Amino acid sequence: MSGTALLEARGLRLAFGGVKAADGIDLSVMRGEFLAIIGPNGAGKTTFINMTTGYLRPQGGTIHYDGEAITGLAPRAIVKRGIGRSFQLPQLFTEHTVLQNAALAIASRRGVWRPFAPLLSVGVMDEARDLLDRFGLDGIRDSRADTLNEGARKLADIAMAVALRPRLLLMDEPTSGVAASEKMAVVETLARVLREAEVTAVFVEHDMDVVERFSDRVAVWSQGRILALGPPGEVLRDPAVLREVIGVAAVDPSLPHA
Amino acid sequence: MITWFNENGLLLGLALLDGLAYAALVFMVSVGLNLVFGVLRVLNVAHGSFYAIGAYAAATLGGLAGLPAWASLPMLLLAAVLVGLLLGPVIERVLLRRIYSEEPVIQLLVTFALFMILEDAQKLVWGVQPVSNDAAVRLLGTVDVPFAGDVIPFTAYQLFLLPGVALATLVGLAWFLRRTLTGRVIVAVTVDREAATAIGIDAKKVFLLTFTAGAVLAALGGALASPTTSLVPGIGAQTIVLSFAVIATAGLGQIEGAALTALLIGLGRSVAVYFAPELEVVVPYLIMVAVLLVRPQGLFGAAEARRV
Amino acid sequence: MTQSGMRRAEPWLALAGAVALVAVAWAAPWLRFILTLALAKGIAVLGILLLLRAGQVSFGHAMYAAIGAYVVAFAAPSMGDVLVLLPLAMLTAGVVGLVIGLFITRYREIFFSMLNLALSMVLYSLLEKFYAITKGSDGIRVAPLSIAGMPMDGPMAAWVMFGTALAVAAIFWWVARRYLVSPMGEALSAIKTRETRLEFMGVSARGVLLVAYVLSALMAGAAGAIIAMTTRHVTPLLAYWTSSGELVFIAILGGAGGVLGPFLGAVTYELIRVYAAAAFADIWQMALGLALLAVILFAPGGVWGVIAALLRRARVS
Repeated sequence: MSGTALLEARGLRLAFGGVKAADGIDLSVMRGEFLAIIGPNGAGKTTFINMTTGYLRPQGGTIHYDGEAITGLAPRAIVKRGIGRSFQLPQLFTEHTVLQNAALAIASRRGVWRPFAPLLSVGVMDEARDLLDRFGLDGIRDSRADTLNEGARKLADIAMAVALRPRLLLMDEPTSGVAASEKMAVVETLARVLREAEVTAVFVEHDMDVVERFSDRVAVWSQGRILALGPPGEVLRDPAVLREVIGVAAVDPSLPHA
Repeated sequence: MITWFNENGLLLGLALLDGLAYAALVFMVSVGLNLVFGVLRVLNVAHGSFYAIGAYAAATLGGLAGLPAWASLPMLLLAAVLVGLLLGPVIERVLLRRIYSEEPVIQLLVTFALFMILEDAQKLVWGVQPVSNDAAVRLLGTVDVPFAGDVIPFTAYQLFLLPGVALATLVGLAWFLRRTLTGRVIVAVTVDREAATAIGIDAKKVFLLTFTAGAVLAALGGALASPTTSLVPGIGAQTIVLSFAVIATAGLGQIEGAALTALLIGLGRSVAVYFAPELEVVVPYLIMVAVLLVRPQGLFGAAEARRV
Repeated sequence: MTQSGMRRAEPWLALAGAVALVAVAWAAPWLRFILTLALAKGIAVLGILLLLRAGQVSFGHAMYAAIGAYVVAFAAPSMGDVLVLLPLAMLTAGVVGLVIGLFITRYREIFFSMLNLALSMVLYSLLEKFYAITKGSDGIRVAPLSIAGMPMDGPMAAWVMFGTALAVAAIFWWVARRYLVSPMGEALSAIKTRETRLEFMGVSARGVLLVAYVLSALMAGAAGAIIAMTTRHVTPLLAYWTSSGELVFIAILGGAGGVLGPFLGAVTYELIRVYAAAAFADIWQMALGLALLAVILFAPGGVWGVIAALLRRARVS
């Protein structure tokens, strides 16, 4: 199994003060899979993404990407190895337009640092427009990033991460802020884009519909540990999981009953 | 080694004593700057002007006709308090309050503009000729300090008063911040402004109080310094740059750390004055750069968990 | 007018401005000197503008102007040709900027501003103290200069310096314009808005800032050299905090919106200084400070912003 694992986390530990954000995380992400991470707020899901992308340094444990140890490397080094990430709160360049945001991402991937060629030179611009098109953002490409609504900002954030052509993409709540009516369409587009590019995806998600339809496996986080791991069909019916993620009394009526 | 000491022992002793007195003054100014930064998150470039104006005011007040000799000391304190209480609240309410929500660059530019204004205001009032008033130093006389088998005559003012006031300030401030309700409120705002306002703390009042306290401390530093030197335009600029070096080396927001760092830098500069005079000005900044190269957050600053 | 509209209009405005400057220098020879200095300061302020794009302001950039000026002063007796001194000064300032920049680009905001201030004050003190080398606050008279072999004297010298300043300003204006729309230049603004994101795109924010810092040091060095060659006298005051404050003030006065801002601000500033200095001699810093506050609070776009607003209204009507 580990032969096809793209990302392997072993024994990750990180505590802030007295809070154990990661208390011995063991997780293998298989090549090409879509892995959903669910769990209550504060369980350590974002911390896991932060550790994997180098934003935080784990206090214990190791992370291997494609066989190489990447524990404790800086974000830039990790990004260069092909791991991408999108953020819970969209991180866009607020004084630039959507097109410029995408162009910057593409330019950095291409290593285009010529001091006298404009950012929006033909090659970069075409690719940027194409990218925004695929995400349905082409219409607002000349709007400043701080004028977008929440859903558009989220999509732009993800688009920028995809622009870097990562092999492993970690998304933190990709659908939060997207209008309910558009959610499925957006995720379908995203899933298609990623599968076409053979990108392995790990995403933190709160919407169980999305999790059910688009994940190959689900990992359940609780208090810094992984409570359960397996196909959505199994995990989302596990009473322990339901209790932990949804609460004792309530049972999500949108889930098919066992 | 021993011969060097025999020849230079006195000089070294002088350097150490001088350094201690100087460090005391540096601490007084830096601690106010650090306090204001910790609470308001604004680096007040005009802090150096508070120092300068406090110094000039002390010299003037102390030189009032008909003043009995013993009054020169309390006059220093009075000058500082007056300057701090006059300038602090006015500036906080009229100027700073408008910029708390602005970009950091704007905040810096505004305090820099304020600095330019106050530097010239000071020149308007006191002129460009050197001003001096050493009544307080003369009042306390000299003390013979035994050192390495010899004796160094040193002013009691610099030997006892300056370090004494600095120490009292350090202890008093630490006690105030830890043991009194107001002090703990200030610490709460420093640590987490949002949480503090959420539980009902009036941040505006805290800012006003803290800024005024910082102004008084700076002015007191200046007032205490004024009997020991002659005052000229430009001491404000020198002071703000030096205080920044101290708090950058100590770590922004660190109060106790500022004391130790002031000592380090004060002694370093003093030794340079006696043994390598051309480097006198450079030494504090060499120390700062050396520390920051190794520990970018300062000697006592909290290392950021974030990597970016 | 939209941003891109202003961008297209800028070269025309620049051309108009250059022509106007030449005309004034011709018609009013006593202003030639002032305009030369204004152009030089504008070049230095261009450097400040680059850093402002990244959300950083240096309170010590006059030190690079001072370095450029003192290089001219030291080198003039042995190689007093403008075409040699200018690149030499720029190179020296650039190298120092690189060394300092490697350290200083780790920092942002307060640290960045104040570290620059501290280092410039250190330079000032060194220039003042080492009398044997620098003649302290008396300063150094710059030896007679030549241009491309021809000795410069009298009115010809004034025109040569004016022309040099205009040419160098034009070149740096063009360079800055292209630079700011290149990926690295746009990344400067990204440092200001979302530095974290930049790192997560694999870009070294520090590297981007360093390039801008060295460029700005180069520009300030050129400015200092031109000032030295025009005034023929260099003193440590060139490195004093008030000189840096002047540059920052001009940057805000001119406006950070377009690349012409620094020159608009510099010319405005120097002209005002000539006519108001007599009235405000004793409180010049105070006047500057008040004006800076006024611009920040009431006209944050500076002169450039005012022009843009006027053009917008002209277009609409």
